[in-house]
Amino acid sequence: MEKGVTASVEKFIERYGDSPEALVEILRDMNQYQGYLSRESLTAIAQRMRLPLSTVYSVASFYSLISLKPLGKHVIRFCEDAPCHVAGGREIWETLEREVGVPFGETTLDGQWSLLPTSCIGACAVGPVMMIDDDIYGNLTTDKVHEILARYREADGVGGAA
Amino acid sequence: MAYRANILINRDAAGAEAVYKAFLEALQDVALRDEVQVWMTSSVSTSAQGVEAIVYPDSVRYVNLTPEDAVRITEEHLLKGRPVLALTQAEPKVTPLPPPAPKEVRVVLRNVGKINPFDIEDYIAEDGYAALAKVLTTMTPEQVLDVMKTSGLRGRGGAGFPTHLKWTFARNSPTHPKYIICNGDEGDPGAFMNRSVLEGDPHAVIEGMIIAAYVIGAEQGYFYVRAEYPIAIRTLRVALQQAREYGFLGKNIFGSGFDFDLEIRMGAGAFVCGEETALMRSIEGQRGMPSTRPPFPAVAGLWQRPTNINNVETYANVPQILLKGGAWFASMGTEKSKGTKTFAIAGKVKRTGLIEVPLGVTLREIVYDIGGGILNDKKFKAVQTGGPMGGCIPTKYLDMPIDYESLASVGSIMGSGGFVVMDEDTCMVDIARFFMDFAQEESCGKCVPCRVGTRRMLDILNNICAGRGKPGDIEMLQTLGRSTSNGALCGLGKGAPNPVLSTIEHFRAEYEAHIYEKKCPAKVCRALIEYKVDPDLCIGCTRCARNCPVNAIAGKPKEKHVIDPNVCIRCGICKQVCPVNAISIY
Repeated sequence: MEKGVTASVEKFIERYGDSPEALVEILRDMNQYQGYLSRESLTAIAQRMRLPLSTVYSVASFYSLISLKPLGKHVIRFCEDAPCHVAGGREIWETLEREVGVPFGETTLDGQWSLLPTSCIGACAVGPVMMIDDDIYGNLTTDKVHEILARYREADGVGGAA
Repeated sequence: MAYRANILINRDAAGAEAVYKAFLEALQDVALRDEVQVWMTSSVSTSAQGVEAIVYPDSVRYVNLTPEDAVRITEEHLLKGRPVLALTQAEPKVTPLPPPAPKEVRVVLRNVGKINPFDIEDYIAEDGYAALAKVLTTMTPEQVLDVMKTSGLRGRGGAGFPTHLKWTFARNSPTHPKYIICNGDEGDPGAFMNRSVLEGDPHAVIEGMIIAAYVIGAEQGYFYVRAEYPIAIRTLRVALQQAREYGFLGKNIFGSGFDFDLEIRMGAGAFVCGEETALMRSIEGQRGMPSTRPPFPAVAGLWQRPTNINNVETYANVPQILLKGGAWFASMGTEKSKGTKTFAIAGKVKRTGLIEVPLGVTLREIVYDIGGGILNDKKFKAVQTGGPMGGCIPTKYLDMPIDYESLASVGSIMGSGGFVVMDEDTCMVDIARFFMDFAQEESCGKCVPCRVGTRRMLDILNNICAGRGKPGDIEMLQTLGRSTSNGALCGLGKGAPNPVLSTIEHFRAEYEAHIYEKKCPAKVCRALIEYKVDPDLCIGCTRCARNCPVNAIAGKPKEKHVIDPNVCIRCGICKQVCPVNAISIY
């Protein structure tokens, strides 16, 4: 078992309890802690909560904010909903794929970036909008995307990936 | 010796010394001087906000401290173990709303951006919790229901069910315990009024929920807020803690013998969880999938117990109604749709953002008087109301007054109040395809009509946009739309065909142009457009050819350039970089 998995599961169970109703909360927090949910985590949660692994997997795979595969260091979530689309989202969508160098839904080979679509993040008045990790960027243009990504690359000391 | 706690203060801020001394004295007063160590240190955070202090091991960060605050923190946090949330780092405040436009009336948004959501005193100063006091000390649940009935308030989550009836059903259910839920799973793209209220005026919603709980006889309530709204969740946490400290939540509220408390539950990213039965399954820790009604939540809801579930905006209206009376609320709006409604205006208008208007205003008033008209003075084409399950309303209905019934009569819905304005550059087939893509993606897959119907409609729409449309597609879309709508289990599947059916009804010619002429009139669908260089304008600068990612442009310097349509991927970069606007779409 991965180091620390059992201990973290224990920590979240202490916070939310081990009754089945706590499952979504525990999965979400564990996902945030680990960056995704490994098979080891799912197994540990299932054992500790006395639930079948299939139940835990079925709930984990239902919610889009819970990932079952590892994500990059930075996660870009681009809003793919109508207000952003109408405001020019398609160009930004393509710009992001070009700049990051992977199609939506994928993570770069160097593990720096994950590019994911997201549903509305409620910042429609400043669309198109993306979230990088927990920060929201609005009124996106091709140039602005380039600038923003460059800032992250500089902060990480990594050259351009695309 | 080891200390129980450490306080770190940033010495570079003005007044740090006084706060430091205040901490030492206060600790002395409560005899904790030997247990708590106070340190002056360099800056404790990257964005200094006045005198700051971090208390370890709890890692609580206090900002903008005065010596009096130091005394309060010592007594509350260090002595009693209760962090003083009001003094912790304030989250970025909600952007103040612009002053109301002439036709706006703010009831739900009255405090948003005006009061500090992190300080319950600010809310109390605006008559906050006065309605609760009035209800608990002078009114019976039946009297509250009477006022709600007079007000005519209908569910603001979109369906428009009369609130007093919902409460009555839950009240009349004989089973106990009962639950109250606030639906804050605002998933509709384009709608962010619930987020604004939760972040800007959380106590109004809390107060509305406590009143509803009193009426139906619930002791426990839940806020269900989507995880995409982290600031709303943090604001609510602080608000609930303060409401408890002030005795508005907990045991024996206002000495009335009524007990009630609230918990927050977060979603984890699933649009369908905004549907009430799916939402309750999610609170129970399961996959958030809807179930058939009846039984309605009022009879068998959360854990099969009677449950009242309303939207954020519905609850936020409640305290005002009870303070000012049902007749006051009913004086606004139309015959069947009373009060005000918030709308989130997005898309191609000059002023986007949140507004609140009495029901019954016209679409034209919202688009032109409040929204300032269409961006770049282009032509209005349609407005899509009610989120992804709503329909597109064309120009000829611009003067229609907005209420639940009139929107339904033209194939759209009130929904949560999304309001996406489209201009002449928007392709209605592309928009329909876009919404269907959303519905298909978010369909939970439980019932066949929704799972298969959305998939099939999306396939047909994709084909039409890709130039592979064929005769009969429009009729097939209509048949599929009707059966999906009739057969689906919940509002997602029932509403998913609305964008398609309404665009076919109002913009059929655009569908026909895509299918029969293989043309996209709005020049959006890539398979149906062509980029061309105007030889009269081209100056032969080679910029387009150099920037083309697929080398589709031929031409030497100083000569006219030509785009090969078979190689061109229609990315539009050439059009963007052309210095003389010689490239157009045909």
